[in-house]
Amino acid sequence: MSARTARTTPNVLGGLAGWVWLAVIIVPIYYILVTSLRPQADYYSENPLSWPSHPTLGAYGEVLANDFVRYFGNSVFVTVISVAVILSVALMASYVVVRSTRRSTSRLFQVFLLGIAIPIQATIIPVYYLIIQLGLYDTLWALILPSIAFAIPLSVLILTNFMRDVPGELFESMTVDGAGEWRTLWSLALPLTRPAIVTVGVYNALQVWNGFLFPLVLTQSAETRVLPLSLWAFQGEFSVNVPAVLAAVVLSVLPILAAYVVGRRQLVSGLTAGFGK
Amino acid sequence: MSVAVAPRVSEAREQRARRPAPGHRRGPSLWMASPALVLFGVFAVVPLLGVVVLSFMSWDGLGDPVWNGAGNWGRTLADPVTQNAMKLTIVVTVVSWLFQTPVALLLGVFMSGRQRYRAVLSVLYFLPLLFSAAAVAIAYRALLDPNFGLGSALGVPWLSQDWIGDPDLALWVVLFVIGWCFVPFHSLLYQGGVRQIPASMYEAALLDGAGRVQQFLHITLPQLKYTIITSSTLMIVGSLTYFDLIFVLTNGGPGNATRILPLDMYLTGFRSYDMGKASVIAVILVVVGLTVSLLLNRLSGANKMESQMEGL
Repeated sequence: MSARTARTTPNVLGGLAGWVWLAVIIVPIYYILVTSLRPQADYYSENPLSWPSHPTLGAYGEVLANDFVRYFGNSVFVTVISVAVILSVALMASYVVVRSTRRSTSRLFQVFLLGIAIPIQATIIPVYYLIIQLGLYDTLWALILPSIAFAIPLSVLILTNFMRDVPGELFESMTVDGAGEWRTLWSLALPLTRPAIVTVGVYNALQVWNGFLFPLVLTQSAETRVLPLSLWAFQGEFSVNVPAVLAAVVLSVLPILAAYVVGRRQLVSGLTAGFGK
Repeated sequence: MSVAVAPRVSEAREQRARRPAPGHRRGPSLWMASPALVLFGVFAVVPLLGVVVLSFMSWDGLGDPVWNGAGNWGRTLADPVTQNAMKLTIVVTVVSWLFQTPVALLLGVFMSGRQRYRAVLSVLYFLPLLFSAAAVAIAYRALLDPNFGLGSALGVPWLSQDWIGDPDLALWVVLFVIGWCFVPFHSLLYQGGVRQIPASMYEAALLDGAGRVQQFLHITLPQLKYTIITSSTLMIVGSLTYFDLIFVLTNGGPGNATRILPLDMYLTGFRSYDMGKASVIAVILVVVGLTVSLLLNRLSGANKMESQMEGL
């Protein structure tokens, strides 16, 4: 990298393009924010990109009064349960893949690998049929179970890659000390793969939190509505009240923004989730 | 971090292979993997097989599916709406790739620089990834409003067109918004790729008097070969699954101007209650997606497939 910093002439053209792209990214986000703070009456008269002359949180109040808290709670419930189950079952499966010497294990791993190539969208009709048959239609479990299933392949892959770096001697010394497999998993594999677990957790939390297709197809009533679907529903209900719709957008992204501020590194690595190289 | 994992993995695998097989232990019981296997099997593998079966049945989404033979297939393939959806999907895939790859690649190179302002910009570039597709689509619907949107803000009449209501413009809007959502992700991949290129290569080039453009063409670009393949695979397979964004942004319209295959499948199945036909479209999506993944993996070298997948 030293070669590039040692350059004498700064890359003016590159820098300029960088700022242009920043504008492309920031203008829509800035627009969402200022519009959500604008009174509805001013929406039609003020310049859309100007700072509101009478900024108000009224739109936020309106959104919160429209069951937003319930949708938020539903999203938290679905995300927390899904991620907790994904991490537990994927960790156990990865441990088997890495530590088992049976031949069937590598085949198991290949089955999971295949799963990465399955596009979720394409299986939605049988999933819908299955959920109805199980009597889970329009419940939050209808969202949790398929979300877990489709997250397993990539999660197992990342955890397995990471766990393979743990020296085998460590595992063997645990065995020599008389520790069972569960104990080894709990007190050796788990702590040593913590960074990968955080990555997988963040990645999947983002996927489940922002998921749209499963809620759209597998739930129906307002009781089971999650956030992305509620945004869509708000757009239908408040179609003329653009500030309120955009306030809902801001509220829906706040928890993830908070997570981004706190754990940017984990989130970045979580999003690329080992796709690098 | 994840980027650094890949090379170490192969090393670890070699070590594992060299280690004498411990005859006395066979490792943990397969039962430990069974929760993952069962959940994945029931809610992912079974539906994948189920969609093939359903493509040969009629079902209105309420009663019981009834055997229908190859009827759905003939009727779906002959349907002009679906044919148009296929054409649109190809257009969206190709144009998305042509637009996103150069932008993401150059942006990744830019972000890999160690200058302070570039680090700050990289933090901001990441923001679109935090929004759900529904949120992005809703924001753009408001932003592109011909009367109260960007056009009136900047006073540029050209921007005040009916972007989403005009069948000739809507597809371009969709392509742009897809790019806005996904370029940040791919530029992260490229940033990671560029940072793995050994600095010594650039030092040598500098001694040889190579300029910035020559360094990019002769070092950066060839060194990014595998990143380009990974990114392109994800991008092309991803094009087959853009659903929520377009669903909220245009719902396939105006008319059928933005009705790409995944949307065609949803609307056929859950709005027209023709699940058999929708399943045919789903099978097409799966087959095309798998074929493209396999072909692109072949491109990266005959034996690269497995390591590429494992290094994913």
